[in-house]
Amino acid sequence: MAYNYSKYLRNEKLPHIWCPGCTYGIALKSMIRAIDGLGWEKDDIVVTSGIGCVSRMPGYMDFNTLHTTHGRSIAFATGVKLANPELKVIALGGDGDMTAIGGNHFIHVCRRNIDMTVFVFNNNIYGMTGAQYSPTTPRGSWAATAPYGMPESNFDITELAIGSGASFVARTTSYHTPHCEKMVKEALQHKGLSVVEIISACPTGFGRKNKFKTPTSMLVDMKERAVNIQKAAKMSDEEMEGKYKIGVLHKEERPEHVETYDSVVGFQKGV
Amino acid sequence: MAKKVDFMMGNHAVAEGALYAGCKFFGGYPITPSTEVAERMAERLPKVGGRFIQMEDEIAAMASVVGASLAGSKSLTATSGPGFSLKQENLGYACLTEIPVVVVDVMRGGPSTGMPTGPSQSDIMQAKWGTHGDHPIIAVTPASVQEQFDETVRAFNLSEKYRCPVVVLTDAIIGQMMESLTIPEKGGMEIVDREMPTCKPEEFLPYDMSKDVNPLPPFGKGYRFHVTGLHYDETGFPTNDPVLHTKNTKRIIEKLEKNYDDIVQVDEFMTDDAEVLVFAIGVSARSAKHAVLEARNNGIKAGLMRPLTIWPFPEKHLEKILSKNNIKGIVVPEMNLGQMTLEVDKVARGRCKVEGLYSLMVDPILPADILEKIRRFA
Repeated sequence: MAYNYSKYLRNEKLPHIWCPGCTYGIALKSMIRAIDGLGWEKDDIVVTSGIGCVSRMPGYMDFNTLHTTHGRSIAFATGVKLANPELKVIALGGDGDMTAIGGNHFIHVCRRNIDMTVFVFNNNIYGMTGAQYSPTTPRGSWAATAPYGMPESNFDITELAIGSGASFVARTTSYHTPHCEKMVKEALQHKGLSVVEIISACPTGFGRKNKFKTPTSMLVDMKERAVNIQKAAKMSDEEMEGKYKIGVLHKEERPEHVETYDSVVGFQKGV
Repeated sequence: MAKKVDFMMGNHAVAEGALYAGCKFFGGYPITPSTEVAERMAERLPKVGGRFIQMEDEIAAMASVVGASLAGSKSLTATSGPGFSLKQENLGYACLTEIPVVVVDVMRGGPSTGMPTGPSQSDIMQAKWGTHGDHPIIAVTPASVQEQFDETVRAFNLSEKYRCPVVVLTDAIIGQMMESLTIPEKGGMEIVDREMPTCKPEEFLPYDMSKDVNPLPPFGKGYRFHVTGLHYDETGFPTNDPVLHTKNTKRIIEKLEKNYDDIVQVDEFMTDDAEVLVFAIGVSARSAKHAVLEARNNGIKAGLMRPLTIWPFPEKHLEKILSKNNIKGIVVPEMNLGQMTLEVDKVARGRCKVEGLYSLMVDPILPADILEKIRRFA
């Protein structure tokens, strides 16, 4: 099906700044397809971002867009949502943005279960600043600030989100594009805080020094290591070694924050 | 005009002033001695169609008020020294992106965690220079519970009018004291709302460089635009052009300088024939007034210049009195080790003596100590 992507893009801002082989563009297309599929009005959507490669994404999207300070995407978005709950709010950021400097905001928005969607584009590295390690860089991997290999343990973003109380948590990759679109769409439709981890490739920062000879090899890695959650359920721990689950990892109905706030405190609309 | 008279705490008066000005959002984080502002807003906001949230930290609180303002709500946060330090990141964001927000800083002793319950006036420079880069800022300085209310209303008005963050720079004594407060009926005080665009959405330029202040439509009303903390062009999109960056930085700073007369307010007491001037804000200005009266009783021509706006600095007011009167000396009492004195000295440029009276002693500076300084110049 031929999509009219340009309807949702600020075409005069293209071409984008991302490196050849970066998969953010693929994920952006999935997001546009999902939003188009939902038939949402562009005026009703607010997209916030922090700092880093993916944080430039809102600049290309023809919505109300807010490119904020490092890690603060969610905190700005929280203010937007509380001031006008009718807006459909999307906060996005990379792994460093969301789980390091923005880690506190990330866990607390999950706890509050505010009706917004958080997309974490996980490419395991700080790309824009030149490949320093992030909280998701796998142990032993190379990074500019881990010249002997990443010495720290890393976060599993989805487990962090589930543990913090997000009511919808999914993982997808930028290789599995129809799946990515499906996860994004489900997350956007979910009432409450939804988190989607989108496994992404940074061939320039991460791939080059971590035995991924070409950008394609990073996509192949996603293809080989990602296991759909239904299939994973039938696999043993040994079979899952080195692999990760994709799909909706957690979903529950929980009171959404703004509605709860309004009913508990006796919010008087239109005063 | 009908009015309501109350006996109220200074911090609560700030909250009431915010509500009077039409504030609909508060994002905060508890910190002594400012917390009563948040507590009052938590109770009162939902009843007037507004929402409160206690964020996970000060950085988030400051981010949330900027977000809420962009979504159309007049927004407030309140803090004290250490929290104000954390807010600086996103305060700078609001300065550059020209988002109206009001930040209350109830000053306590610093640096670091400092003196949580001890009053101070040591954030004068933090209010102006706490965030990095050259930027505009307005700071107002109430000295009574009534002024906590009035200046908060004025802070919102200035913030909306000039699309600039405004700091209500108060202190633990004014914030915690109780005095009578008169709240005017609706319409009794002017309320300013930000300008809305009248052009078609496709013609809208959020940062038209030919204008000092541009309209700011809330997100969701058809004017889709981009806001970034990077230097931007007239469309709001990032640019690395140093010429544009220079031009725009000057524009956002000059919009305040050009409107000095509208923004900078100074309360002058017995300055007409003054030969010794006391220059003080907040709680120190209260002591200073007593000292000036006492000096007059002793035949000394003293006067008090009490800025209600400390940033932009009331240079013109000082300049005027220095050129008109035969000022022998200026006494600057402040609860720090000389932040405001530096600025006064800069304006005086050696034309008269400028002497600070500094205290970190937690108790307010006594009128007797100020009087002693006045005597030296008389």
